[in-house]
Formats: sequence, C-alpha cells, structure tokens
Amino acid sequence: MSAAYRKTLLDPLFESNPIALQVLGICSALAVTSKMETALVMCVAVICVLALSNVSISLLRNFIPGNVRIIVQLTIIASLVIITDQVLKAYVYEISKQLSVFVGLIITNCIIMGRAEAYAMQNGPLDSLLDGLGNGLGYSTVLMLTAFFREVLAQGTVFGHVVLPKVSDGGWYNPNGILGIPAGAFFLIGFFIWALRVWKTDQIEAEG
Amino acid sequence: MEHYLNLAIKAIFVENLALAFFLGMCSFLACSKKVNTALGLGAAVIFVQSVTVPINNLIYNRLLNEGALSWISPQLAGQDLSFLGFLCYIGTIAAMVQIVEMTLDRFFPALYAALGVFLPLIAVNCAILGGSLFMVERTYTLTESAVFGLGSGIGWAMAIVALASIRERLHYSNIPMSLRGLGMTFVLSGLMAIGFMAFGGIQL
Repeated sequence: MSAAYRKTLLDPLFESNPIALQVLGICSALAVTSKMETALVMCVAVICVLALSNVSISLLRNFIPGNVRIIVQLTIIASLVIITDQVLKAYVYEISKQLSVFVGLIITNCIIMGRAEAYAMQNGPLDSLLDGLGNGLGYSTVLMLTAFFREVLAQGTVFGHVVLPKVSDGGWYNPNGILGIPAGAFFLIGFFIWALRVWKTDQIEAEG
Repeated sequence: MEHYLNLAIKAIFVENLALAFFLGMCSFLACSKKVNTALGLGAAVIFVQSVTVPINNLIYNRLLNEGALSWISPQLAGQDLSFLGFLCYIGTIAAMVQIVEMTLDRFFPALYAALGVFLPLIAVNCAILGGSLFMVERTYTLTESAVFGLGSGIGWAMAIVALASIRERLHYSNIPMSLRGLGMTFVLSGLMAIGFMAFGGIQL
C-alpha cells in the first residue's frame, strides 16, 4: 500500500478525527454508547454506509449538477441507510430495536454528508473508499472507547460479560451511575478531546 | 387539552431533543459561540420543526403505513411502504427548508438575512429528522405531532441559547489550553444535561 493511500486511510484516526477535530457526527456518538454491543453495531453500520456512499458519490461526481447535489447526495445516502436498516432488522432485531431512531439518523449524520461534500466530490472512487473507511474507523475509535468506559464503569460489564462484580450482586464494585446517563457521554468525549489535544498540541483552538 | 399541554411540556423539558437525546449536536456545538446566531438558528429550527413533523405524519399515515393506501382503492389496502420512510421524510424536510427559504427571502428579507446560512444547514440537522422519526415510533396523531413538533423545536432552541450564553461568559475564565473550545463545550453540555435531568422526575 503506497504512502498516500495509507495517509488517506489512517489520518482520520487521530490526526483529523471526525469527532474530535472536525466536529462531525456527534449526535449518535453520544446516544448509542451506553452499551458496547449497540455501539459496535452502530459503528459497523456507519462504516458500511460511509464507505459505500463515498464510492457511489465519487463515481457519480461528474454527472451530478452542482445546484442539486445536496438532494442527490441525500437520496443516495438515504437509500443506503434504508438497506442497512432492513439488514439490521432482519439479522439483529433486538439491537436494532435498541438503536431505535439512530439508524435512520445516519442519514443526517454529518460525517457522511461532510465527507461526501469535502472529499468524494473531488476524488476518485478508490481514494474515496479509503477516506470513507478511515473516517468510519476514526468515528468508531471514539465510539468504542466511550462505550467501553461507560459500560465498564456504569454497569461493570464488557460486552455484557461481568468484569467488575457489582455490590448489588454480591461483588465489590460500586457502579458509577453518572456514566450510565446521557451526561456521562458528554464528559467522557470532552475529556477524550482534552487528552488528544494534550498529545497533539497543534489541534488546540485559537482563542475566539 | 390537558393531554396536549402535557405532551408539549414533555417535549420541551423532560425529553429535550438536544440534552436528553443528543440530536442536532453538530450545530448545537458549532453554532453556539454567540447568543445572536444561536437565537437565529433556534428560531429557524422551531419553525421548520413545527411544519415538517405534521407533514411527515400525514405522509406516514396516508401513504406509507400498512393499509394506508386503502383510501385510493381497496386493492391497495395490503401495501406496506413504510420501508421508504427515511427517503420520504428527508425529501420532505429538504423541500420544506427550500420553501421556507424562498418564502422568507420574498416576504421577510430582514429575517432571511438574519438567518443566513443556517436555513440550508437545517436540512441536515438531525433534530429535525429525529423529530419525525420519534413521531412515527410513538404513533402520534396529527394534532399530537403538531404539538410535539412545536414543543421539541422550542426545547432545542432553548438549549442552544442557554449554551451560547454560558459560552460567552467563558471568555473570563482560565481554562487549561488543551481543554479550550470543543472540549470545554462538551463538559458544559454535560453539566447542562445533568441540570435538565431535574425535569425527569416530573409526573405528567
């Protein structure tokens, strides 16, 4: 794999992470992370939709008229999300019920629109595929980290397996309830961004 | 009447789209640096939300739901088109935003100039699509969905204005360099979400 391809694929993991730096796709990052299982399904769904939409938009980029491109992009993305939703309902019905409206909301997940607009409209299909995969993985990194800490600290489990036995079940761990509620996700991602920017100081925002 | 009032209070406070369901977070975080822009965006969201939710309710109940087509001919009663839902809702939203934009441009140029770039952005604001999807999931009637649309729009607008007001004050505080900007905004939103949880105990 050439250096340029590797850069396209791996840069979004930490250098230009979609959630931490580009401020894209935050809604779902917060809402589906109370359990690792739902977060994993959501990550897979987003990676699939993002890679496929990037490729299809990149293939069509020379045929899409500039002034209706948003509608065309939305239609492509919505069709892909419908397929994903039907697949999830068919094979993992329980989890798709827990994800509730958030599968549908992949349509308006800004990562997808943002990458289509910023990358796929200017680059060839292979580059766009890698960009889609890379950004999907960058999104998944933040999602899975958040979900891991939320599940392990709030419920003492990892993927549903008990690692920290709770006091209520005769163990020793006193669960930290605040991470189970929505606000916990905000704090975790806030601190994740803090840690990332201590490490990569060039991402610090100018005083504004 | 009481039922609708309860629904509105629930949509504004208890189930606040921004702070309890994290919808519309991208613009919630990105457009909350100044109170004025937050007010403009909030107003646009209230407007679009209270129009699109009832329209999508009509589309769902008259065209897509199982048996919904029976008003055309009895043969179509068995059709279930609900899998086309996402495509129709996002189409309605994009079209409505476009119409709102043109109407404002024609009749209220001052308001149009004030809202500026936020109007087109609303088409991809997940709070709007989320409102429609919640409406379908909770099987609201037409009136209920109108109340829910208005209420959830007001709730979202209130949250972003509150966040913007706090962020304007942040200029005077000494925050660690790496936490400034996005990181601090997340922590702030978390604190606000905890504040809004106080409404969770309300029995309606």
